[in-house]
Amino acid sequence: MGRFIVRRLFSMLVVLFLLSVLTFLIFQVIPNGNPALRLAGRTATPQTIAAISRTWGFDQPIWTQYLITMHKIFTGSVISYNQQLNVFSQIKAGLPATLSLAIGAGIIWLFFGVLLGLLSALRAGKFVDRVLAILALGGISTPSFVIGAVLLYLLAYRTNVFPNTGYVSITDPLGWFYHLLLPWITLAILFIGLYSRVLRSNILDTINDDYVRTAKAKGLSRRRVIVRHVLRNSLIPVVSLFGLDFAGVLGGGTILVETVFNLNGVGQYAQQSIAALDVPPVLVITMLGGFAVVIFAALVDIVYAVLDPRIRLAS
Amino acid sequence: MIARDIPFTHAPEDADGEAQPSAGLGPYRLALRRLRRNHVALGFAGLFLLILICCLCAPLYASAIAHTGPNAEHLTQTINVGGRTVDVVSLQGIPIGPTWHSRFLLGADSNGEDVAVRLLYGGRTSIIIGGTATLITMVLGVAAGVVAGYFRGMVDGILSRVLDLIWSYPVVLLGVALGTVLALTGLHIGPVVLKGTSLMVPACIIGFVFIPYVAKPIRGQVLSLREKEFVDAARSLAAGHLRVMVSEILPNLSSTIVVFVPLMIANAILLEAGLSFVGAGVQPPNPSWGNMISDGLQYISTTPGLVLAPAIMLVLAVLGINVFGEGVRDALDPRAQIRIEH
Amino acid sequence: MAHLLEVKDLRVAFRTEDGLVQAVDGVSFSLDAGEVLSVVGESGSGKSVTAMTLLGLTRSPNSSVEGSAVLDGTELVTASEETLRHIRGAKAAMIFQDPISALNPVQRVGDQVVEQIRAHDRVSRKAAMDRAVNLMERMGIPRARERARAFPHEFSGGMRQRVMIAMALSCSPRLLVADEPTTALDVTIQAQILAEIEDLRRETGVAVILVTHDLGVVAEVADRVVVMYGGRVVEEGALVDIFEDPQHPYTWGLLGSVPRVDRARPERLPTIAGQPPSLLHPPRGCHFAPRCPHAFAQCQDVPPLKARVDGQSGHLDRCWLDVADKRKLRLIGNDIGLAATQAASEHRDLPPDRSQELTQP
Repeated sequence: MGRFIVRRLFSMLVVLFLLSVLTFLIFQVIPNGNPALRLAGRTATPQTIAAISRTWGFDQPIWTQYLITMHKIFTGSVISYNQQLNVFSQIKAGLPATLSLAIGAGIIWLFFGVLLGLLSALRAGKFVDRVLAILALGGISTPSFVIGAVLLYLLAYRTNVFPNTGYVSITDPLGWFYHLLLPWITLAILFIGLYSRVLRSNILDTINDDYVRTAKAKGLSRRRVIVRHVLRNSLIPVVSLFGLDFAGVLGGGTILVETVFNLNGVGQYAQQSIAALDVPPVLVITMLGGFAVVIFAALVDIVYAVLDPRIRLAS
Repeated sequence: MIARDIPFTHAPEDADGEAQPSAGLGPYRLALRRLRRNHVALGFAGLFLLILICCLCAPLYASAIAHTGPNAEHLTQTINVGGRTVDVVSLQGIPIGPTWHSRFLLGADSNGEDVAVRLLYGGRTSIIIGGTATLITMVLGVAAGVVAGYFRGMVDGILSRVLDLIWSYPVVLLGVALGTVLALTGLHIGPVVLKGTSLMVPACIIGFVFIPYVAKPIRGQVLSLREKEFVDAARSLAAGHLRVMVSEILPNLSSTIVVFVPLMIANAILLEAGLSFVGAGVQPPNPSWGNMISDGLQYISTTPGLVLAPAIMLVLAVLGINVFGEGVRDALDPRAQIRIEH
Repeated sequence: MAHLLEVKDLRVAFRTEDGLVQAVDGVSFSLDAGEVLSVVGESGSGKSVTAMTLLGLTRSPNSSVEGSAVLDGTELVTASEETLRHIRGAKAAMIFQDPISALNPVQRVGDQVVEQIRAHDRVSRKAAMDRAVNLMERMGIPRARERARAFPHEFSGGMRQRVMIAMALSCSPRLLVADEPTTALDVTIQAQILAEIEDLRRETGVAVILVTHDLGVVAEVADRVVVMYGGRVVEEGALVDIFEDPQHPYTWGLLGSVPRVDRARPERLPTIAGQPPSLLHPPRGCHFAPRCPHAFAQCQDVPPLKARVDGQSGHLDRCWLDVADKRKLRLIGNDIGLAATQAASEHRDLPPDRSQELTQP
């Protein structure tokens, strides 16, 4: 087990390195165009462009550029030229909102996704299952920003049940909760739909597995067969899926929801930068987002190995 | 009657214990029969086709019915509604609501453009991008998956690393990154030059981003197919690698591919909408359902139609193809062994 | 004289998207304590479904089970789930064909045995684990206490099957149903497992139903044999009677297809020509007639299962042929076997090779 962890972490570091190279290439090296121009954005003056070229080392060989870029990113000294603001400090400011949104939504979607998936599977083919299937498909087919916009319109503008927009810091717990409820639901709906379908499918497959038949033949109670054998085994892939999806959400998947609800988190910061075609923040966020996913993927693999001992031998 | 609910059954087994389909029908005919019985899936497919046709006829609508283009602004104009003359966009900046007549059928947006016309053009854009992206994803994804799975060794090692790398990025983030970068400067690949505002730029980006989601499962399947005897048999007949890949392996992947296509189209349309919403996809003034929604968001309290119209179209189109895709999957692969790994 | 298990006219059918499949079509047999009954047949004969139905494992919204199976006074076919749950694992236990998939891959082996024990006996975890380790030791698993903490994939096939047997016996059942327990194992391990089963029968007096397609296994352990084909019992009797005086052409085919080491090597291994019948659209009359080289006009009516041999009241079969004819027809040279299909034209009334006609809808 220990060796497995070490191997996995090592491979994670390799991927992180490759990721940084790839991000660097996307942003600085894509053929045609002056990378300095890209960094400077739409409203750049020739002086700014020249200054950028110097500080980022665009006149130097590529690996020097790479090192400079990495150095800038990780020492938090990347500056958005459009706004004359330090990117890192902006990200830090937006982090609480993004974390609150991601973690809250994550808990909600995991809980309801599993619940509804189990329900659909146990009542497979019956009315409840069909209704849930349609709802799930609806959830998967409707983009989060649409759900957000509709919820906002119906519950905030039309009827004032919920506040319009904005994020309230957790220092005011009730306000914090109140302002986050709609965004949580919005973000969670897609995943609830997806997870309930995945779990349902896993359960229906597992129910046909031989060891479930053995469990029944042993005279175990129906409840025990379902919980200890079917559900537990069906959940394992879901755990791994959750880890990856959560990382994806944290790493940038909140963009759309934050924008609709004006939460001023990291995602919205990214969106504003994109809309202004302001590259430095997008560069940093992309890099950090990718990192979050890779780190989480490694953690998830390790957790998976704890849950499913067959994996420990496999790799 | 869902065959899935039966623990130990379906068709009788032959001497090898493999389930036989009912006498005579091959797996595709069987799948087609199951699909035909699935009225819900067919209904939704029809819905999608309806939307598709309407959107492709956008130019027709624009010239024959609405008499205006998608980007034609009528900010300062007035039109005749039921006998009264009304500003297209009022002095307070509030655009006209649906007139339910040929001009401005669904109203106007903040720039005085005809919403209905933009809706259809936007749909056309979204669907074209979705379709092109899917084509790119399927062709490159299947190719990468087959090559990696077939050759294994170092080729597979490199390809898999690259695929994993792309896969590591949350889809939206990667799309956004590429979109931002390319929107400014366009794309030059060899002889192909695309301007930043070309529709093909988002199509290429979306197509590229989804490649690992197809390549990885296909690679997995090829790895196991490869172990089967017919590959050795073909090779022993001195068939070249390319021949074996095309004539032996590819046909066995066809049901996986067929299941993937509608799913990919749905995902591509959704991603395009998301990217356009955020500003990294279709650039203004070209309409896309995504950027129509983001434009309309500001006016949601006064003119909700600006958001609702493209939103409803988007959801219906994606739902249509998702339900159909589920139906295809149920027909071809009732035990749901083909899945997209997120 | 009450039998431990009395099965009468068991019928199991499944509704599939292509129609109704009659997997078991009127099967009857009985079993006494300490007896080993072997159910033999090829894939699709209904033998596994019969075995699983005894423990109620074929119950589902798409299946229908009729008939009667009385175990020690309790009717199994119509029993409630609650009743069955108490019987499963305690009074009647089952072991399955493929131990790697029959054990939960993510649960430790010892825990799986403990689970069964605690489902039926109110004992502490520690006591249950002690009992489990004990059972595993008796089944020949070395270092049992240590190995109990291992996962199924860490065992070899033979060891896994021993674990399954240990598990099945943990609550001292009166009936053990073994569904092809050695099919997935190699021959040397197979011999060991069969020896274990034999020992168990001797020590505990447990009755065994052994489902298999391998006549070698049958010869090793069975007291009585039931031969199934196309969902029906086609022959039933004591081991010696079945092997020395088989009364059904299918049995001849089975016996004839076993390769013999004490004879010269044949040019081709003998087989039974044709395909097993479609249970969706079964042939009229005797299910074996399409493949039987000795079929004749009367075979269009289902032969009843009855004792036809003088002096062998326990030997039943489903074949219209006279006993005297059978004893002649079943000889190929000096051995028992089934004549090739071409020989059918020798016999009366039926054109050769009707196998195509009768199996297609």
